[in-house]
Amino acid sequence: MPNISRDEVAHLAKLARLAVTEDELTTFAGQLDVILQSVAKVGEVAADDIPPTSHAVPLVNVYRPDAARPGLTQQQALAGAPAAANGKFRVPRILGEA
Amino acid sequence: MDDLIRLTAADLAARIQAKEVSSVEVTQAHLDRIATVDDRVHAFLHVAADRALNAARAVDEDVAAGRPPASPLAGVPLALKDVVVTEGVRTTVGSKILENWIPPYDATITRKLLEAGIVILGKTNMDEFAMGSSTENSAYGATHNPWDLDRVPGGSGGGSSAALAAFEAPLAIGTDTGGSIRQPGAVTGTVGVKPTYGGVSRYGLVAFSSSLDQAGPCARTVLDAALLHEVIAGHDALDSTSIDAPVPAVVAAAREGATGDLRGVRVGVVTDLAGGDGYQPGVLHSFERAVETLRELGADVVEVACPHFNYGLPAYYLIAPSECSSNLARFDAMRYGLRVGDENGHSAEDVMSLTREAGFGPEVKRRIMIGTYALSSGYYDAYYGQAQKVRTLIKRDFDAAFGACDVLVSPATPTTAFKLGERTDNPMAMYVADLCTIPASLAGIPAMSVPSGLASDDHLPVGLQIMAPAMQDQRMYKVAAAYEVARNAAEGGPQIDRIPELEAS
Repeated sequence: MPNISRDEVAHLAKLARLAVTEDELTTFAGQLDVILQSVAKVGEVAADDIPPTSHAVPLVNVYRPDAARPGLTQQQALAGAPAAANGKFRVPRILGEA
Repeated sequence: MDDLIRLTAADLAARIQAKEVSSVEVTQAHLDRIATVDDRVHAFLHVAADRALNAARAVDEDVAAGRPPASPLAGVPLALKDVVVTEGVRTTVGSKILENWIPPYDATITRKLLEAGIVILGKTNMDEFAMGSSTENSAYGATHNPWDLDRVPGGSGGGSSAALAAFEAPLAIGTDTGGSIRQPGAVTGTVGVKPTYGGVSRYGLVAFSSSLDQAGPCARTVLDAALLHEVIAGHDALDSTSIDAPVPAVVAAAREGATGDLRGVRVGVVTDLAGGDGYQPGVLHSFERAVETLRELGADVVEVACPHFNYGLPAYYLIAPSECSSNLARFDAMRYGLRVGDENGHSAEDVMSLTREAGFGPEVKRRIMIGTYALSSGYYDAYYGQAQKVRTLIKRDFDAAFGACDVLVSPATPTTAFKLGERTDNPMAMYVADLCTIPASLAGIPAMSVPSGLASDDHLPVGLQIMAPAMQDQRMYKVAAAYEVARNAAEGGPQIDRIPELEAS
């Protein structure tokens, strides 16, 4: 089982949108290595012909009538927003400089 | 009125209906208890005293007007885990990222509790996003176990279990993804029940691992848990995984079990969960005595092998982080919750990364990254895909075992409550606390922990886990109630009465 490097953890953090610090990278690299080595034990089970289970109980699609029902008001929806303007969510710029 | 806090929920409800005591008096007694002891226990993140007293007053008005009770638990106080959203009452999930979030809606559980006339005292502490086994991952400080304040109350629902053991509430709600109801119940000497997956609506729970998350009742007696179970369970159109079938008759089963007759009940001892590395001798001794008690009550006890359970822990710690990495992507600093770094021309993506870095604690970050790893294209088959296959094999082990048994039993957790700080630097050591509870989570079956006395070696509470097939929740309540009666008789009273007094500070 490959050891997970500090660079790989940095890549994972980037994918997961976590601006981790240098110290955290060192700590997490060690911890994730131990955890991933341990959970890799699932690979010991011969399961080529075993179907995967994604859910504990068998599921079928659930439908409801396509009818309007009351939802949150605009005021309620914006009440927890970190920033709002003109009755809308205010967000930082979405395009990069480059 | 001091003894009001020691009564069962069933007893309190009956006294309120008989006008022997008012719900306001009962509620105030619990609020007073919280004010006296919670600075040391730290079970609550938020106490909603005014709301609680208003709800209690409404129940008292119903009683005075001769209206029938809204439920068999009308007027009884409850501690609600802070993962369940409450309109107008702060809901943090133990995380800084939701520190000041006031939800604009109620969870289905919250609505059902309010409609039942149950008095919600406040919100209980938990490991951040329910990830942990000790409450030490809470961003607001750990909860202390009332049996020994230097020890953990279990997790993630340690606030709920500690509130029960400290007599701050007779009822509580927990949520269980890999054991977060049952393990805290075990280490605090209280009853904790994970119903069949889909038995209780997930609408309004802050999601951690959606294929595993299940809310359930916590109490100091089996009957109280059953009464609460029937209040919160049932089909809900707002949760597409909710089971559209009648709620198992758990109250009747608990009452039947309390007669102490288990003749004809086939009990399977899961040998793969009853010994080996990491099991404390005092826990195993307690378990062996509990099995002996079940035999004396008339049960037919057999041993069953579930060879794939050994792979439950690694499979769980791939599946749950994978689902969490997806679920927690919603915390993007745009629509609710914390926002950090919205200045200096930072882009939305910068703000998102800075906010998640500041708002999530170490365990949440670890799990998000493990999940991101397990789901990435090069590793998907070896990790997440393989874990899903192991999940199938564990389900098949259960199917085979339930072919020969009505219920299965094991210890609820390999050790008694460990010391605060003992496992915080070693994530794997913390994960092992869920060893016995995880198989039932992966299979979606109901499972509960009922107190099985104090360990012979360290004199701390031990829990007996009872598991049943899906939607047969009543079977485990019957066995638990019979066992509870027998244990109380053998020990000269309820185990919780042996808890040390929390002195007034």
